[in-house]
Amino acid sequence: MSTAQVGDRTQPVKQRQPGLKPWGMAHHFNSFAQQQEASYFGMWLFLVQEIMFFGGLFTAYIVYRTAHPFAFALGSRTLDIQLGAINTAVLIGSSLTMALAVWAAQTGRRKAIVVFILLTILLGGVFLGIKTVEYSHKWHEHHVPGPDFQWEGSQGNRVHMFFNLYFLMTGLHALHMIVGMGILAVAAVWAWRGAFTPDNHNLIEGLGLYWHFVDIVWIFLFPLLYLLGRNVG
Amino acid sequence: MSEHKVTGLGAYFSVFLALMVLTAGTVWAAFTDLGAWNDIVAMAIALTKASLVVLIFMQVRFASRMAKITVVAGFLWLAILFGITLSDYFSRGFLG
Repeated sequence: MSTAQVGDRTQPVKQRQPGLKPWGMAHHFNSFAQQQEASYFGMWLFLVQEIMFFGGLFTAYIVYRTAHPFAFALGSRTLDIQLGAINTAVLIGSSLTMALAVWAAQTGRRKAIVVFILLTILLGGVFLGIKTVEYSHKWHEHHVPGPDFQWEGSQGNRVHMFFNLYFLMTGLHALHMIVGMGILAVAAVWAWRGAFTPDNHNLIEGLGLYWHFVDIVWIFLFPLLYLLGRNVG
Repeated sequence: MSEHKVTGLGAYFSVFLALMVLTAGTVWAAFTDLGAWNDIVAMAIALTKASLVVLIFMQVRFASRMAKITVVAGFLWLAILFGITLSDYFSRGFLG
């Protein structure tokens, strides 16, 4: 097979010259542990700037909601709490399968990596599907911000702001999921070909960090957008 | 991750269960009128869930000191962003 390639660990490592690094280790690292540490640290640096990126939107939400709590409660109540709760459970489930994919990579289970990545993509798809249903409800109710926005009750402009933030925050979150699912699909192919070993599976580990981060963003979005303000009269 | 510690499956499934229970708890708490405490309870539950994900799913508990400092710094700067912005907005009323 012409696919005896990058990932095939059953083939002996060909020593082209003395001092060549083992397969899977970049030349500028001294050990797999060092390479993995650099990858883990680098991924967290990326996630820290993602925290600041989403943090700006969360700040805007806090400022507007504190100024107009009643209007935000009105807007929040038009959201479907059941679909939101189901989606939270689906996303937590996808975080579990992602964690299991990393576990499979750490323990060298090639097929299990592929299965868990595909399950993660599937659950991500379910989440986006439910989100699409929610968005289409909002579209038909004329709650999508823009010239077509309509609000029967009071405080229309302030409720409009709530929906601006709702679509911006959930939309940016969904975009992150779409990007993550794309890279996961590539990782599944590489995993099937045997590209990942217990020593070298930095892509899987990095993707795991990214996917869990997206989960954390939703863990805060769900109560902020769907739940707060349900208690008041 | 320098010591290649592997989180056991039991920890992953326990965290998953805890996250599910906390999700149910936050929905239940949202429909109970706790006055000003509703927001605090919802955010406390969300912070607990996020901490579980960071420490166990993202394996920060096994991470090197440098990686841990990076994670803490990220959330510290987020707190600074919230703190300074809100201290401005919330104190404007003081000037009358």
